[in-house]
Amino acid sequence: MDLSAINPILLLASLMVAATPILLAAIGELVVERAGVLNLGVEGMMITGAVCGFIVAVNTGSPWLGFIGAAIGGALLSVIFGVLTQFLLSNQVATGLALTLFGLGLSALMGQGYIGIKAPSFPDWHIPLLGDIPVIGPIIFQHDPMVYLGLLIIAATWAFLKYSRAGLILRAVGENHEAAHALGYHVMRVRMLAIMFGGACAGLGGAYLSLVRVPQWTEGMTAGAGWIALAIVVFASWRPGRLLLGAYLFGGVTVLQLNLQAAGAAIAVEYLSMAPYLATIAVLVIMRAGRAPGSLGQSFHASR
Amino acid sequence: MITLEKRPQPSRAWSLATPLLAVLLTMICGGLLFAALGKNPFETIRTIFLDPLFSEFAWFYRPQLLIKGAPLVLIAIGLSFGFRAGIWNIGAEGQYIVGAICGAAVGLAFYPTESFIIFPLMIIAGILGGTLWAMIPGILRVKFGTNEILVSLMLVYVAEQLMASMALGALRNPDGMGFPGSRNLSQYPSAANLEIIAGSGMHWGVVTALIAVILAYIALSRHIFGFNVRLAGQSPRAAKFAGVNPAAMILICMGLSGGLAGAAGLFEVAGPAGQVSIDFNVGYGFTAIIVAFLGRLHPVGILLAGGLMALTYIGGEIAQSNLGLPLAAIQLMQGMLLFFLLAVDVLTNYAVRFGRRQVA
Repeated sequence: MDLSAINPILLLASLMVAATPILLAAIGELVVERAGVLNLGVEGMMITGAVCGFIVAVNTGSPWLGFIGAAIGGALLSVIFGVLTQFLLSNQVATGLALTLFGLGLSALMGQGYIGIKAPSFPDWHIPLLGDIPVIGPIIFQHDPMVYLGLLIIAATWAFLKYSRAGLILRAVGENHEAAHALGYHVMRVRMLAIMFGGACAGLGGAYLSLVRVPQWTEGMTAGAGWIALAIVVFASWRPGRLLLGAYLFGGVTVLQLNLQAAGAAIAVEYLSMAPYLATIAVLVIMRAGRAPGSLGQSFHASR
Repeated sequence: MITLEKRPQPSRAWSLATPLLAVLLTMICGGLLFAALGKNPFETIRTIFLDPLFSEFAWFYRPQLLIKGAPLVLIAIGLSFGFRAGIWNIGAEGQYIVGAICGAAVGLAFYPTESFIIFPLMIIAGILGGTLWAMIPGILRVKFGTNEILVSLMLVYVAEQLMASMALGALRNPDGMGFPGSRNLSQYPSAANLEIIAGSGMHWGVVTALIAVILAYIALSRHIFGFNVRLAGQSPRAAKFAGVNPAAMILICMGLSGGLAGAAGLFEVAGPAGQVSIDFNVGYGFTAIIVAFLGRLHPVGILLAGGLMALTYIGGEIAQSNLGLPLAAIQLMQGMLLFFLLAVDVLTNYAVRFGRRQVA
């Protein structure tokens, strides 16, 4: 094995790219869970976003429109989950699983004519001045716009939850839906909006895989990324700041194992490919999760 | 104005009617989907749901029904205990794979010895493999409070990689000229899971699945364990006061579902699949979740639901070859079925009232 073939600057730079899809999906799910809803369908919404984004981008030639299409696709799929869990009061765990199974089938059907096509290119930004700083420049300031959009969404979500009135209402609904209802807040409306935001973010994360990271469409291409996003939300104790840490940690493991594969490590490829999943389990075990939102996963039915 | 009113008790009539209603709604929506894909909806629905049973080639498809249904029922029976108790093992696919690997490894270790003891040993190894794989999320949940949903699911991806490494490495057929995949167990008489009656599809996995259904029925309705499972699911607090140990409950439910999934994997690898290969698993572990819910977590219901799901698999294959229907459409339809099931379930627990409620 030739470890010197691994360039640390490139490694750190690709870490940011590898973390972005998980980051996007996880921040959406974080908002959903802070509103007291457990949506296990992230994987399904991600892969639907991946195929929607890919189809739109290939047909219009614009990756930006692709990302918008992916967000809409993910949000539409999440509406099914929302209607079932909020209005028909179905079990959230089972409905989330159904969403994943449904999304995997739907995406495979939609993407049939698109296998083997290349996505339109999505050029990196070379931010002037900042991008020219040695070492830090290539690591942080020479990525595609979605990397920065992801960071922007994290910052905006953090500020929204911490400082805005609407964020306070969302947290109240998640902590105790009975009390929030008694105060006159619309529990279902808040939760539906949160679920749709989660769907849109998961869609963006999926499209990042199919348009930037791979960039191709293959069936089942998310390969558990949605589930890892769910794990990172738990790891982050439902706080946006720690979410960033979790996503980069995961991105680091992914990139490192890919680099080791390329460098011809003595370990078989299959065992290296297990690394991201094993790392996720290890992180779940080692890091004690903080307190979950009080009403997480419970159905709400206003009896009067 | 439509409002929902919680029933004092779940309606028995609706709890039996909702699975049928869900199947009916799925057929209607599936028909619309097939029409949108440019197929004749009536012909497609008939091909999927009726042709495997009643067409002129049904003699060929009926045994397939048992072969496809057995793993689904076996896994779903195991999952149903956990789901009832609020323990979500959704990594049955991984336990199924590891069961197959362990069972096959034992069989291959004896190759080419012939002995009647080999197949039973393989079954034990398969069950143990699945159980141990399920114990990982179980123990982590008990010891560290880790979420068993996420861990069991992560382990599916790990198991898939393990399967690939076994097919390419340790268990590769030494006479296979370098192709991936193990020796074919179905051509090794002592290790083969052969049909008990030739041409019937009735292999040992089918028998085990039927026994599992009966035992599960007895356990749930006549044994204290089944009572405790139901209690833990409906009221964890009451279960604690009644002396049910939550940690033991988690480990038993995880182990049970893992063991049955492992057994299903072993019967598959020694019979219909024949060998350890990269594309061995086809998603039975996930479809079994649908089967468990469609059967309302009841053993008899699961048996019927497993049959129906097997029907859609076989019907889907027929529709693929005869009508050119993409296989993904069947997967989509199965997901749809679970959605409808969860949606109409509201009728079991809530009564629908039309018109504005009067102020008392």
